[in-house]
Amino acid sequence: MTLQSPVLVVVIPLIFAFLTLLFGWWRRGLCYPITLVAVSLSFLASLHTLHTVITTGTIHYWLGNWEPPWGIEYVVDHLNAFVLVIVSFVSLVVAISSKRSVEQELPEKIVYFYCVFLLQVAGLLGIVVTGDMFNLYVFLEIASLAGYALIAIGEDGAPFASFNYLIFGTIGACFYLLGVGYLYVSTGSLNMADLFQILPDLYQSKVVLVAFAFFMVGVGLKMALFPLHVWLPDAYTYAPSAVSALLAPLMTKVGAYVMIRIMFTVFKPQFCIELIPVTTILGWMAAGAILFGAVMALAQTDLKRMLAYILVSEVGYIALGVGLANRAGLTGAILHILNDSFMMLALFLVVGAIMYRSGKREISELRYLHRRMPFTMAAFVIAALSVIGIPPTCGFFSKWYLILGAIDASQWVFVAVLLVSSLLNVILFFRVIEHAYLEPDEEHAGGGSELAITIEEAPLSMLVPILIATAGIMVFGVLSGKIISTIIQFAVPASF
Amino acid sequence: METIESIRPLLAVVVTLIGALLIIFTGERHRNLREFWTILVSVLKFVIVISMVPFVLKGRILEYTIISLMQGVSLQFRVDQFGLFFGVLASALWIATSVYSIGYVRGLNEHAQTRYFFNFALCLSATMGIAFAGNLLTLFIFYEILTVSTYPLVAHKETEDAIMGGRKYLAYTLIAGVVILFAIIFIYTLTGTLEFKPGGFLLGRGQSATLIFLFVLLILGFGVKAALMPMQEWLPTAMVAPTPVSALLHAVAVVKAGVFGCLRIILYVFGPELLHNLDLWLILAYFAAFTVIVSGMYALAQDNLKRRLAFSTINNLAIIVMGAALLTPSAITGSIFHMGSHGFMKITLFFVAGAIYVKTHKENISELDGLGRQMPLTMGAFAIGAMGVAGTPPICGFISKWYLAMGCLEAKQVIFLLVLLISALMDVAYFFPIIYNSFFKTPKEAINPYFDEAPAMMVVPLVITAVISLILGIFPNAFFHFFSIASMAAAKILGGM
Amino acid sequence: MFDFILSKYNYWIYIILMMIGFYAMIGKKNLVKKIIGINIFQTAIILFFVSTAAKRGGTLPIVEHAHSQAIHHIHAASYVNPLPHVLMLTAIVVMVSTLGVALAIVIAIYRRYNTLEEDEILEQRK
Repeated sequence: MTLQSPVLVVVIPLIFAFLTLLFGWWRRGLCYPITLVAVSLSFLASLHTLHTVITTGTIHYWLGNWEPPWGIEYVVDHLNAFVLVIVSFVSLVVAISSKRSVEQELPEKIVYFYCVFLLQVAGLLGIVVTGDMFNLYVFLEIASLAGYALIAIGEDGAPFASFNYLIFGTIGACFYLLGVGYLYVSTGSLNMADLFQILPDLYQSKVVLVAFAFFMVGVGLKMALFPLHVWLPDAYTYAPSAVSALLAPLMTKVGAYVMIRIMFTVFKPQFCIELIPVTTILGWMAAGAILFGAVMALAQTDLKRMLAYILVSEVGYIALGVGLANRAGLTGAILHILNDSFMMLALFLVVGAIMYRSGKREISELRYLHRRMPFTMAAFVIAALSVIGIPPTCGFFSKWYLILGAIDASQWVFVAVLLVSSLLNVILFFRVIEHAYLEPDEEHAGGGSELAITIEEAPLSMLVPILIATAGIMVFGVLSGKIISTIIQFAVPASF
Repeated sequence: METIESIRPLLAVVVTLIGALLIIFTGERHRNLREFWTILVSVLKFVIVISMVPFVLKGRILEYTIISLMQGVSLQFRVDQFGLFFGVLASALWIATSVYSIGYVRGLNEHAQTRYFFNFALCLSATMGIAFAGNLLTLFIFYEILTVSTYPLVAHKETEDAIMGGRKYLAYTLIAGVVILFAIIFIYTLTGTLEFKPGGFLLGRGQSATLIFLFVLLILGFGVKAALMPMQEWLPTAMVAPTPVSALLHAVAVVKAGVFGCLRIILYVFGPELLHNLDLWLILAYFAAFTVIVSGMYALAQDNLKRRLAFSTINNLAIIVMGAALLTPSAITGSIFHMGSHGFMKITLFFVAGAIYVKTHKENISELDGLGRQMPLTMGAFAIGAMGVAGTPPICGFISKWYLAMGCLEAKQVIFLLVLLISALMDVAYFFPIIYNSFFKTPKEAINPYFDEAPAMMVVPLVITAVISLILGIFPNAFFHFFSIASMAAAKILGGM
Repeated sequence: MFDFILSKYNYWIYIILMMIGFYAMIGKKNLVKKIIGINIFQTAIILFFVSTAAKRGGTLPIVEHAHSQAIHHIHAASYVNPLPHVLMLTAIVVMVSTLGVALAIVIAIYRRYNTLEEDEILEQRK
């Protein structure tokens, strides 16, 4: 059984999605526990996979025992396993916290919600674990379609935002498919490792170059890299709380993972750095993303929308790390996949809790929140500090590596962009913190009289996930040395 | 130089963290219990720090590595003489401030008291972390934690002014943080290590232009917290904070952390030899001297007592940096010792300002006439503190100024001796009138002519710190070999081990 | 020149179809027309894949009586490449699912805004 863990990670949510549908029709209250069981089992399988990879090296799993390149192969190396554990853990945390908000926001659709939720999780996990190009397309579409559906059941404005996302996402996926097609036409193989062997002779071929271009644009659309991010703010703002908490940390990071895979595991690093200056272009787009996201976030009055733009900025960090094309930069990028997942998870869960309790999302409405929801706001502060990059939270350490990579590559503009974005984030978050924590003087002119505001903290099923995410933010920072030396060090391609 | 592995530095940092958590969970409903935690934790911290003194006096270093953060750099505590000096200073003064704070916030019936004490405890943890940091990264981590935990204290009153003051504080310190971060990462690319070594570790590690650039960045960055001009603007604005905050933070924790950082850079990262090679020491000394003179002039112009004290702080911090920049044994010893003596004296002065405010709601110097008759203990303590800052024997300020003067002569730079003398004269000029007016002038309005001090919880600490200043002046080694630690640190740096 | 176009006519057809679909997806204002554009776009890609599988003189890729008798060498050149066909079956399923989800979303939009024109919807959303 344990040998099958790479495939179990994906298969369990898939099967349980249908079980949820069946059992849900019988009794609605069963959906939540079944979902939790499914995602926990998946998480355990992913942990086992990571452990196996750390101890014995890359796993090659042949589906149906068919030999590659004719059969579909699941290849799990350090990068894979790392992202796998992140995705399954974040899904688990979101699943735990989803109960109350789903009951409040989507009471009639609980069964369908959890079914599609599990499909989404299965899709994301499948993208990460597979070693076959077309298989990746299938899982990409599973994840995307589930995403469109999940987003569309949100509040007013959600179906339209989801439709927009659908158009963009389909273009992205189709471009990816075209890329796969071109590669197949020129090489005859769909297996990533196989392509890595065959392609170097074909690097001068126009077909291969165009295929690469299609890949980059397609994946760029999926991961919302500026300027292909247009669908993200609307989609994640109007989606239900549990959905944005699931998609925001994960979808874009999985997209970034796919980009890293294509650039370094299918195509050689030299291809992306020297033959076509992709990394240079990527670096500049990423710098644009970082600044654009931060500046647009400044203009928002809706807290969730502000966070969506910050997400665009964070994707920029990862892309910048890849674009620097040196070991420190890539280490920073991969570490940031972990850190950003947890930061976004914490932030979106907090917004979900605030929505659950007060139904309001405007920043100006956040007054007294530190009395009503002290733990939630404390978690928000810690997550904010992490986005800004204050040690010892995890965000600081990925910024450290990114700046280190930029200095190593002598890219002083990128160093400046990274430093300035920290300061922009300070303004962004302290605006919210000031609203939530500081009260104007008139209200306590009497001095010492605490206003009679009762604590109306988020329910436990939402609070515990928030606290777990926050604990993760604080712990992963200090542990980043260990994480890098055991996992990320091997995840960065050896030629760097 | 032996290195012993010991968990004490970690304990010193953690004890207030635990205290902070206890405070926030005890909350407003059990005030006395909450206050008990504050005092208990501060005393414990002091005891832990003092327990390390015997080791350090014998020349040993206490070390504790928590976890490796990246190749060549760990989250590490290393208690050497300089760090221990700062640690003893901070933890001792914190006990006094804790008691004083309790008196102050109860006397004024302040709001959000739990948040206040919580942040206070966090801030002290961060200060201990800075004091005991073994490398630049650990220092930076705790430095930023200090920034974040002091912000709510500065903006505590939540008035327009307070919020603006908080924003300014945050803007200055976080920009400084970003600048320091860049410099630290750059040093890491140059050397692969960030550990402090007495006498510096950057010698020969990079081109002169790069090293000068890094030095400038680091001094500018740490100089913000140390309130060197032209980065000092946040400090007078931050006087909008409650007085215990001004007292502790701006006499001890934040600004001394800034100066501590500057000195670490000058003495333990760059080192005397490198700075002499680059001729940076003289430039830095001039830079600091400029601040000394200008801040003295500003101080003369202020009517608000706390603002005058703020500029006096800026003045003294610049004296400390100037002394360190001179790079001679006496100068460094005087500089380090002045960190301590100024801490005690300045905190006395700020405590007095707060006591006056709580008792009479007066903030301006022009209103203080005749107050000495009503509050003789308070104003007497003020007199001791003020005269000490000016360098009058037998108060401890005299000893540090003496050593600084000797240092100027050792470095053969008489101009800085002149600067010291001028600043002493300016000190007299802006402190003496306060003392004179309060004791000898007739009050403008009716003042209770009898003994009517501020609440005891405020008066006792300030009297104690004044008395300590006096004792330290007569017996510099009185409390746990304060002075020896400072001179040992200086010798170590120049001995270049 | 003509040779270039004529010999690669399959690619030209797929490109033209793809561009038509792409234009419809982005340029048209009516939501249903956009969906039709998605369909055309994805169909063009499917046609492209399938057309790359064709071989001159190739027949259906089914080996008769494969289990009953020993397999002699199979001349791959005489059979059409089955792999793209199989891949495209999956892609067709994906296309249909996308169509289904898109239409469901459009129904929800219509219920809310009572129109399917993008500009009118944006007007209502202001």
